[in-house]
Parts: sequence; C-alpha cells; structure tokens
Amino acid sequence: MTADTVALTAPVTRRRPTWPPLTAKLAAGLILGGAVVLFGLLGPLLVQDPSRVGDIGLAGPSGDHLLGTTQTGQDVLAQLAYATRGSLIVGAIVGVLTLLLSAFFGIVGAYAGGWLDELFSLFTNIVLVIPGLPVVIVISAYVPDKSLLLVSLVLAITGWAGSARVLRGSTLSLRGRDYVLACRVAGEKRWRILAVEILPNLIPLLASQVVFAVIFAILGEAGLSYLGLGASGSFTWGTMLYYAQNGLALRLGAWWWFVPPGLLLALFGAALSLINFSIDEIINPKLRSQTRASRRGWRMSSEQLRKAKESTL
Amino acid sequence: MTTLEAHGLSKEYRLRHGLRTSTLRAVDDVGFTLGHGRTVALVGQSGSGKSTVAKLLLQLERPTSGEILLDSEPVARRGAGLARYRRTVQMIFQDPFASLNPFHSVEHHLARPIRLHHPAMTDADVRRRVLHLLERVRLTPAANVARRRPHELSGGQRQRVAIARALAPEPGVLIADEPVSMLDVSIRLGVLNLLATLQREEDLGVLYITHDLATARHFSDEILVMYQGRIVERGPADDVILRPRHEYTRTLADAAPNPERRLGELRR
Repeated sequence: MTADTVALTAPVTRRRPTWPPLTAKLAAGLILGGAVVLFGLLGPLLVQDPSRVGDIGLAGPSGDHLLGTTQTGQDVLAQLAYATRGSLIVGAIVGVLTLLLSAFFGIVGAYAGGWLDELFSLFTNIVLVIPGLPVVIVISAYVPDKSLLLVSLVLAITGWAGSARVLRGSTLSLRGRDYVLACRVAGEKRWRILAVEILPNLIPLLASQVVFAVIFAILGEAGLSYLGLGASGSFTWGTMLYYAQNGLALRLGAWWWFVPPGLLLALFGAALSLINFSIDEIINPKLRSQTRASRRGWRMSSEQLRKAKESTL
Repeated sequence: MTTLEAHGLSKEYRLRHGLRTSTLRAVDDVGFTLGHGRTVALVGQSGSGKSTVAKLLLQLERPTSGEILLDSEPVARRGAGLARYRRTVQMIFQDPFASLNPFHSVEHHLARPIRLHHPAMTDADVRRRVLHLLERVRLTPAANVARRRPHELSGGQRQRVAIARALAPEPGVLIADEPVSMLDVSIRLGVLNLLATLQREEDLGVLYITHDLATARHFSDEILVMYQGRIVERGPADDVILRPRHEYTRTLADAAPNPERRLGELRR
C-alpha cells in the first residue's frame, strides 16, 4: 500500500490573490487620484463662495486670490474646488450605476442562460449600438433644467453596455468551470454559486470596468458641459472650461482660468488609468512581464556578454 | 448500501449549422448497475461519451431518454429528493487545476458540502470534520493545509483535496472521471491506491472512467468498453482485457505498451 502521507511544511501566505501588488504605477495612481478626491471633498469647505462676484475683474494669481479671478471677479480656486466636487459626483454616480447595470445584464444573464441570456444579450447589444453623444445631446436639448443627477443618469444609461459585454464573456467562461460544476454536484443553490463562487473571480474585472466607467463619465460630462449641454447651475471641470472659453480666456492669456480645470481633468484621468492598468495586470499577468523595464532584465549583462564572446572565439 | 442503476441512457445534442440543425448522439442506450463496494471501469477513447455519461449520472445534464435509478427509485429533479441524490452520488473531476476555486481556501471547499448536508452542525464540528477529511486523504498537517489556497498546492495535493470534497457528504457512490490523467505518472499510483483504500473503508460503489486499460484492469471488478456512445463490450475485468471479443477492444488492448510482445517482435 503506497497511500503515503503528503506533508506540507512551507509557511502559509496570507495575501488575497485579488489584491493588486503595490507597484510604482499603482502607487502613483493612488496618490494622484487620492489628492484630487481629497481636494474635491475638503476644498469646498475652505474656500469662499464660488459665485460671489468681485469688482476686480480678470486678475492673475495674487495673495487674495491664489489662482486669480475670472472676468466677473469670481475666485478661480473656489470655483475649482466646487468643480472638482461636481465632476467627482458625476463620476461616482455613473460608476455605481454602471456597476449595477452591467453586472445585472452581463453576469446574471450569462449565468442564467437560455432565453433570459438571449434577451439580456439582445438588449445589451441594442444599447451598445445607440450612439452615445448624439443621444445625450438630444436628451439634454429636451430637458431645459438639467441637474447633475440627470446628466449622470444619461451618461450611465449610454455607457454601461460595453462593460456588460465584457462581463458576459467572462461569466460564460466561468460558469462552465469544473469548480462551478463541483458546487452544483455538492448541491449548492444557484444564487449562492453565483455570489460566492463566481462573483469573487470577477472582482478584478468589475473593478477595472468601474474605473473605466468613471473616466468615461467625467470626460463625457466635461465634453457635454464644454458644448453647453451640461448641468445648469452647478460647477464641474467642464462648465469651468465652458465659461473660460466664453470669456475669451485663451485670447486674453488668462491661463489661471483654463489651465487648472484642464490639468485636474488630465491628472485624474491619468490617475484612474494607472489604477486600471494595475488591475489589468492581475487579470492578465502576462502584461506584468511584458513591460519594457522587465524585458530589459532578460538581457545579458556586459560581463556575461564579454564572457560569451570569449568562449565563442 | 446504495445501488445506482442506469437503463437505456441516451443523450442527443442538437447542433446548429446556420439554419440547418443536426443531432449528435453522444450517448446511445447505455445501461449498467453500480453496486456498493464494487468498481466498474468505463473505458473508451476521447469523444466516446464517457464524460457525458458522468454528467448524466450527476444530473448536470438531462438524458434524452432512459432513466437513472438510485436504490430502484427514479431520481427527483429538484427539492429534497435531489438533495438526497446529491448526498449519495459524488464526483471527482479530471482536472485538479480547474476543479478547485482559486479564490477560496481548502477549508471552504470541504466545509461547504458538510454544511449543506448537515445544516445543524456547529462551526467547531464542521472544522473537526474538515481536518478529519484532510487526514483521511493523507494531507498533513491538516490545519496547515486547510488554510491554503489551491494555487499553493501541487496537482496531486489538489486532487486529494478534490477527493476529500467528494467524500465530505459521506456518499455511497463515487464517480471518478479520469481522476489521475492530469497528474504526473509518478504520483498516479498513490492517488489510485488512496481511492481504492477509501472505497474499501466506506464500501463505496465507484464508476472509474478512464482510457487506461492497465489501471482499469487493476482497480476494477467489471469493465465496460465504450465506443461512439455505445457500450460495445462488458464483463469481468480480466475477461475483457485478456479475451477481448469486440474489434475495438482488441485495438485498445493492442495500443497499450506491452514489453513482452515488443521484445518478441524484436527477437524475430
């Protein structure tokens, strides 16, 4: 009888496999993104009323107004703080809605299978081919008094379908895995298999889809606002750029008016992209070893090259 | 004392080629009886319908026709009857790298079936059962193994965890779908011997699905040879291997490496 004992002596590691390793990429993304979020949360509490009109007109940065003033003497820093909060609110709402909609139509449909999957998939495909921007423009044109919530809602409804397709594909592949079948054989309930066995394996994918949706929403809202179709009466990075454009900031050389919102928009987008790349590296570990920096590690050192040359001569 | 019977089991899949459809008969009129304490080997090449038979027996697919009887009673489709069937008939999957969820610990894999079939058990009891199961499949120290995730274990260790999971509900019938084909040759015998030991201890009926005639002969009482969805030959293990009647069985037996025959050919 050789039913021998298999002894394991190596120490047990305690890291969750879904937690991304803290690379320089992720750290940079988290610090940049965190700083912008912190500014959006705390900034509005520290600055003056962003709509208060002053009599100094368009003025550059000074001790009183750290980022100068607009044409009507409004403090740019105060506007920037409120605009950051507004843009982040749009991003958050769209992120959450995209998560819910794409998870429902993508994951539940694919897991249930049959006619429900066909129906959900058809619906997703229809939403996917609706051209986003024109619809947003039409809806915006019909509703005269738009709140930030309405704009977010419109962006979420036109934006979730792509994520749903990606999630559907992954769920289809996961639901046929042996460990899912093993759970069915063990007698697990269907909803529990979905929630406990399948969903945790989709977390990295969900996270990257949500981060992407937030970028899409913030940029989309900025684009709409810049065209003058955004939320009325609220500050976002897009509305700031819109007013700067209307106030001829570029021609007057008032860089303090249009550079800060543009810069924050770019920085926040970059930060979220960096976080997204880090999450992608968990889903697809190949990406980690295919960076230029890691490929450099494969080369021979000059010492090795010299030795190789000597031995071949 | 459980007996699993299959009568006239057939499974057809509908294939779609654009607008035309055709049917593929994966399993055709398969019947057998699996008694307690007996091992029946189901032998056949890839695509012969072996795994489809396993799926039908495990209620993962519905047979097109035919019936499955557990202790001479038809299997319930849902509810308490199906739960009882699930407790009695368990499965060991082929690929130990796919059959354990990478997200969960070994303990989760073993504790869930125990909790499902013994809802009244306390946490401490479940934990004790988990450790006991790990010791029964010779994974020690059990407390250490229980905390690990599948990716920290080797293929053989994973397959032992999969065997422990199948034993967790205390089944009467075990369906082993090529349990060692994905493992290193060096550890196959250990896993097969473990299965044989557990079978004797628990008086299990085992359906051993394989394409390896040598282990089928060694570990089973009866061999069914499957070819293109049909059972073409059946009988006591030694009879089927030593005196194959069907053409396909003969080809299969000849395909197995046989040093004596090879030496004889060389000498000639």
